[in-house]
Amino acid sequence: MTATVASVHPETASARSLTIDVPGWRGNIAGQHVDVRLTAEDGYQAVRSYSLASSGPGATLQLAVDRLPDGEVSPYLVDDVLPGDQLEIRGPLGGWFVWEPSLAGSVQLIAGGSGIVPLMAMIRSRAASASTSPFRLLYSVRNPDDVFFRAELETPTPGLEVTWAYTRATPTGWPRPTGRVTGDDLSAHCFPASENPAVFVCGPTGFVEAVANALVLLGHDPARVKTERFGGA
Amino acid sequence: MAVISRGFGSRRRESDDSLPPGQYLTKDFPVLSAGPTPRIDTADWEFSITNETGVVSRWNWEQLHALPIEDIDTDIHCVTRWSKLGTNWRGVSLDTLFKDVDTVYEHTMAHCYGGYTTNIPLADLLDGKAWIAFDFDGEDLDPEHGGPARLLVPHLYFWKSAKWIKGLQMLPQDQPGFWEQNGYNMYGDPWQEQRYW
Ligand SMILES: Cc1cc2nc3c(=O)[nH]c(=O)nc-3n(C[C@H](O)[C@H](O)[C@H](O)COP(=O)(O)OP(=O)(O)OC[C@H]3O[C@@H](n4cnc5c(N)ncnc54)[C@H](O)[C@@H]3O)c2cc1C
Repeated sequence: MTATVASVHPETASARSLTIDVPGWRGNIAGQHVDVRLTAEDGYQAVRSYSLASSGPGATLQLAVDRLPDGEVSPYLVDDVLPGDQLEIRGPLGGWFVWEPSLAGSVQLIAGGSGIVPLMAMIRSRAASASTSPFRLLYSVRNPDDVFFRAELETPTPGLEVTWAYTRATPTGWPRPTGRVTGDDLSAHCFPASENPAVFVCGPTGFVEAVANALVLLGHDPARVKTERFGGA
Repeated sequence: MAVISRGFGSRRRESDDSLPPGQYLTKDFPVLSAGPTPRIDTADWEFSITNETGVVSRWNWEQLHALPIEDIDTDIHCVTRWSKLGTNWRGVSLDTLFKDVDTVYEHTMAHCYGGYTTNIPLADLLDGKAWIAFDFDGEDLDPEHGGPARLLVPHLYFWKSAKWIKGLQMLPQDQPGFWEQNGYNMYGDPWQEQRYW
């Protein structure tokens, strides 16, 4: 399907969100992704997967892309694409890492970096619905400047609690020292295993591995922990 | 006719005709799984094949290692678009494991520790095309990559090479496994680019 870039918005120094119009799009569930295909003038093509930050029936979608400095596709989407440019997308893809407002029960979201994107779709889907499921988000970023969707997450909708974890630098006076998310962070800030929450973990592969393993050690049922690995080490 | 993305293509990777369509080469070994990585002790590990009459052929870790072990040098292709060339594995051929299995069924469902399933036609497991692999690049297979043992069916997209393999169930007809129920192709030939529905 042909997508036309409607607007671009910087999210962080290395990331931006793209709003795209996709005539004929039949809607998607929160958590799904698309394959984006780019074609150069000479016919050369590359395809990468990107999660949708948006959900529902509309044909205007939002992506948010973080630039990998030595990457092929992400620097183009972050630095070069302008409103009016066209790309091709295929989707919606994925039927496992998804949340729908009809699902009852507590939901624990755990994001590393750009892994916030599909979880943001879940947060927005909940806010737009009558769902009263309690949500918690634990969001790990390198620095305070690396937060995606800052305005929405700093003033969360009722029923959503957000906890921040910084790995390289914190805001001044921040109580938690810098460092990767540990089992202690998970037990302090996440719904406990005894509540049997649905857990969604998304981010770079190493982050997802570490968090998912720690959740299982804390007693979470592996069948309740859904993961989406974005790649990398 | 493809839509041209203005100005795209300056950072392109070298194209490589040895790769299936839409794949790019990686030197890493990325991980694709639906949930946490299960940890299975080789003392508790068992692999089995169950036929249509309910006869179960079983191998524990020692019994598997007592069978002829093959060195496998192969390319692997993940549906998330990375390919890795010339990977080295050690494992036992499914031809060896199926030698004494009595079946007329032509389809299988792979079942895994952790609950994952994937469907594979029997013909794609035989004739030197598939193994139970437990060694990657000279080392024990990491749990993240499916250790202690995974199915290795490298001519199909790599989700068919089920991690943490536990058993194969013979089936009279094809049925979708886990990713197949969640939108992936029933067969998954990378050269035909059979990624999704
Ligand atoms: C289901 C799915 C959803 C995704 N959603 C998003 C999203 O919403 N936003 C987003 O920014 N990205 C997302 N990604 C990652 C995205 O698909 C690309 O992998 C990423 O943008 C890098 O592409 P590239 O062409 O710039 O780099 P490439 O040229 O492909 O790769 C450069 C190098 O970086 C490695 N690498 C790939 N991904 C990562 C990573 N995440 N971290 C560190 N190293 C990596 C590669 O293995 C390679 O060695 C998603 C991936 C998947 C599988």
